[in-house]
Amino acid sequence: MAALHELTATQLAEAFRSGEASSVEATQACLDRIAAVDGAIHAFLHVDADRALATAAAVDRRRAAGEPLGPLAGVPIAVKDAFTYEGAPTTCGSRILEGWIPPYTATVVQRVLDAGMVVLGKTNMDEFAMGSSTENSGFGPTRNPVDPERIPGGSGGGSAAAVAAGEAPLALGSDTGGSIRQPAAVTGTVGAKPTYGGTSRYGLVAMASSLDQPGPCGRTVLDTALLHAVIGGHDERDSTSIDAPVPPVVEAAQSGDVRGLRIGVVRELGGEGYAPGVEQRFHEAVERLRGEGAELHEVSCPHFGLALAAYYLIMPSEASSNLARFDSIRYGLRVGDDGANSVEQVMRLTRGQGFGAEVKRRVILGTYALSSGYYEAYYGSAQKVRTLIGEDFARAFEAVDVLVSPTCPTTAWKLGERVDDPLAMYKADLCTIPVNLAGNCAASFPAGLAPEDGLPVGFQVIAPVLADDRLYRVGAALERVLGNQGGAR
Amino acid sequence: MSDELMDYDAAMELFEPVLGLEVHVELNTKTKMFCGCANEFGAEPNSHTCPVCLGLPGSLPVVNAKAIESAIRIGLSLNCSIAERCRFARKNYFYPDMTKDFQTSQYDEPIAFDGEVTVEVDGREYTVPIERAHMEEDAGKLVHQGATGRIQGADYSLVDYNRAGTPLIEIVTKPVYGTGARAPEVARAYVAFLRDQMRALGVSDVRMEQGSLRCDANVSLMPKGSTRLGTRTETKNVNSLRSIERALRYEICRQAAILAAGGRVIQETRHWHEEGVTSPGRNKEQAEDYRYFPEPDLVPIAPPRAWVEELRATLPEDPRARAARLQAEWGFTDLEMRDIRGAGALEPIAATVTAGASPAAARKWWLTELVRYANDQGIELDEVPMTPAQVAQTQQLVDDGQLTDKLARQVVEGVLAGEGEPAAVVARRGLAVVTDEGALQGAVDRAIAAQPDAAAKVRDGKVQAAGALIGAVMKEMRGQADAATVRELILATLAR
Repeated sequence: MAALHELTATQLAEAFRSGEASSVEATQACLDRIAAVDGAIHAFLHVDADRALATAAAVDRRRAAGEPLGPLAGVPIAVKDAFTYEGAPTTCGSRILEGWIPPYTATVVQRVLDAGMVVLGKTNMDEFAMGSSTENSGFGPTRNPVDPERIPGGSGGGSAAAVAAGEAPLALGSDTGGSIRQPAAVTGTVGAKPTYGGTSRYGLVAMASSLDQPGPCGRTVLDTALLHAVIGGHDERDSTSIDAPVPPVVEAAQSGDVRGLRIGVVRELGGEGYAPGVEQRFHEAVERLRGEGAELHEVSCPHFGLALAAYYLIMPSEASSNLARFDSIRYGLRVGDDGANSVEQVMRLTRGQGFGAEVKRRVILGTYALSSGYYEAYYGSAQKVRTLIGEDFARAFEAVDVLVSPTCPTTAWKLGERVDDPLAMYKADLCTIPVNLAGNCAASFPAGLAPEDGLPVGFQVIAPVLADDRLYRVGAALERVLGNQGGAR
Repeated sequence: MSDELMDYDAAMELFEPVLGLEVHVELNTKTKMFCGCANEFGAEPNSHTCPVCLGLPGSLPVVNAKAIESAIRIGLSLNCSIAERCRFARKNYFYPDMTKDFQTSQYDEPIAFDGEVTVEVDGREYTVPIERAHMEEDAGKLVHQGATGRIQGADYSLVDYNRAGTPLIEIVTKPVYGTGARAPEVARAYVAFLRDQMRALGVSDVRMEQGSLRCDANVSLMPKGSTRLGTRTETKNVNSLRSIERALRYEICRQAAILAAGGRVIQETRHWHEEGVTSPGRNKEQAEDYRYFPEPDLVPIAPPRAWVEELRATLPEDPRARAARLQAEWGFTDLEMRDIRGAGALEPIAATVTAGASPAAARKWWLTELVRYANDQGIELDEVPMTPAQVAQTQQLVDDGQLTDKLARQVVEGVLAGEGEPAAVVARRGLAVVTDEGALQGAVDRAIAAQPDAAAKVRDGKVQAAGALIGAVMKEMRGQADAATVRELILATLAR
């Protein structure tokens, strides 16, 4: 048997069932791996070692007592620092929340705990999930385990890197414009953004409420689907949560049958600006799917070209409002409370010091877009584009069952390469953003390495609302033909 | 700085006031607007809070269905249309009592809109058009610590978030024209109407002094004969019916003086002070931009029509129909009824009648002793510390012959003074009518013995001379005897 930290969640679960390994051993293996590599990777902001080992021991006792346990019981998991977990510091990658320990636990984290999973700790991210490289974290960047000189994607670079580096077999992420899928693509892992409303946002520190969605990260398609099944489903604490059963994602991941499946290649998501190696691996993968019995179609989504512009109005607008509460009054950082400054001055000083440049940029953008006299031109127009993009998807899904594209136009770039060029950074999410705007689901699967730089390429599959199972069906087929075994680096 | 004021009657010669009233009603739902915390006044600070109403990162609101029900019933009772689909919005501004630094409130899609109500002032009916009734949440409360207790000069401030997230309904009128010199009274009558209506609906405690009913009074002046609206001011901190009337009267006199002198009224928020003046608050000409946008954490509300109709069936009787019905039942004249409504005594009298008193007796108490007490104290009739049930109990004692009217007035005085239930006041003050025949006979015998001349005159048939004897007996009984009984006893004794 390989080292425990290299095993997939499915393999670990099997080892627990057969008695070959215990959850405590697996948890300790992950903690050891974190201790060994995280100094270089910096995937974690907080490691909750004591509680993790205690949880693992409790699951082992329950298993020994013959209690019925879920398929992922005892499996360790990392949690993006955007989720609250009672008793563990939650910063959302921001200095403004440094030291805050939430008194409550996010629904998806609670579901992970209820499934008997072991939370190892909280992973690094771009501040308030604003970024595509994790360089915007208030606590220093995360490095890509594939090549430490390169970014691990963002905003969920910590979760993707932890999974890729073997620090955890699974992780929780959140995806507002690609924050699960793009890191999965550039680290060679799997990540899914469920249908909006398919996973609860309760306890996910909000960036843009109408776009944010929690989702699973893993090294294999089946592992990711198993986690998706654990965290998915209705939550009465989230009014936007859909009251419907979780689509049969695990069955789809086990099947991988794409015979007769109509696959649409999105014409607008390719061409200029896309790295040749990315396009090459993408088209090869498409051909392999045809070889597995899928029908190929070319599909046009004419309004996708407007998606980035609409996204950069809607997202900052909502973020400017969601981030207002970080005012120093109730929790987190407080600056300048010297008895002489007024409360408004203290708020101003705290926000000035506590927020990073990208957060300030988006808060200012959003405040402007919502302001009187500009609302219709900016926020209003963006909402119209959003409707048009939804209509593009609706038309496309009349002709095909899933859409496919590269997840990201390029492979991982070098740290620092785009920090002074926000627009270049934003373009990393060109292919992923339309899905958040429309509210349907998508996932990124490994499609091999780009020939020119040897770096991972992501293959995006997009499905209609509540058809999340189709993502895993295609993903499992790809995994089978491309031979990804889900090994950690 | 004191304002120049024009005499009210003079102002009314020149100008026509236009009213606009914004009334906030705190709903009495068990839980808050968006979370499960208790919605309760007066608890230990910050004891009724949770991640949602504290706006902790990651928390999300869920709309209280009972609050929607109350909002719809309120809307229907104001003859509003109920939206088939409506949304919440975010009103963004920074303030320490706002846990999210935005207020979740309805904005351009209120749940109820386009209604009207009719109120009566001195027998004339006025229609008040309703623009909208919308749902929103209340903020927390700042408690300023320092010598003055006000924000100016405070050393520091504490925040109590118990009130944060309390469900509110804001009822906004369209401009109210044509009230003339009666504008302040119409405003008062309108708010009194809302208060009675909310109470009848059972949706709010409507305690103005506790802030569960709050009124912002807008007024502007148009030169007589003009149709161009003037610049309005919005007066806040008006927390009693009397204050509404007084504050509006003051604003009208103040604005009239400015306009008559060729000045310009500044559009602003003003604060009412119980000493009888308004002072400027926030200047609305540099209005904050609230950057409203639809609340993305909540889904649209689409109340099914069948439910709305079900709720319509739960509405209390229309107030005017009710008044007409009660008048017929009680047999009062139009004039009597106008006095009753003018004094705000309709509901107290109705409750007293329900508690067992005759309509005439109920009317007598509320329009004499109790209205006098209310006027002396500067409070509303329904705020006097004597309940309709206590009034009915007192009257019952009179009807049973245990109290005379004069004694009953002392009982009322005792109840108002906080001495307890009527029976307890009777016992404590020793007010019961002496019905002990032996005690009365002794007093009669002593009076006859003390005034032989008067007794002789009565024996000679000069019955009116008994007055002196009755007076003596009543004096000895300290008024706690029934004069008619005493008279009969004297005559019977002298006839022996």
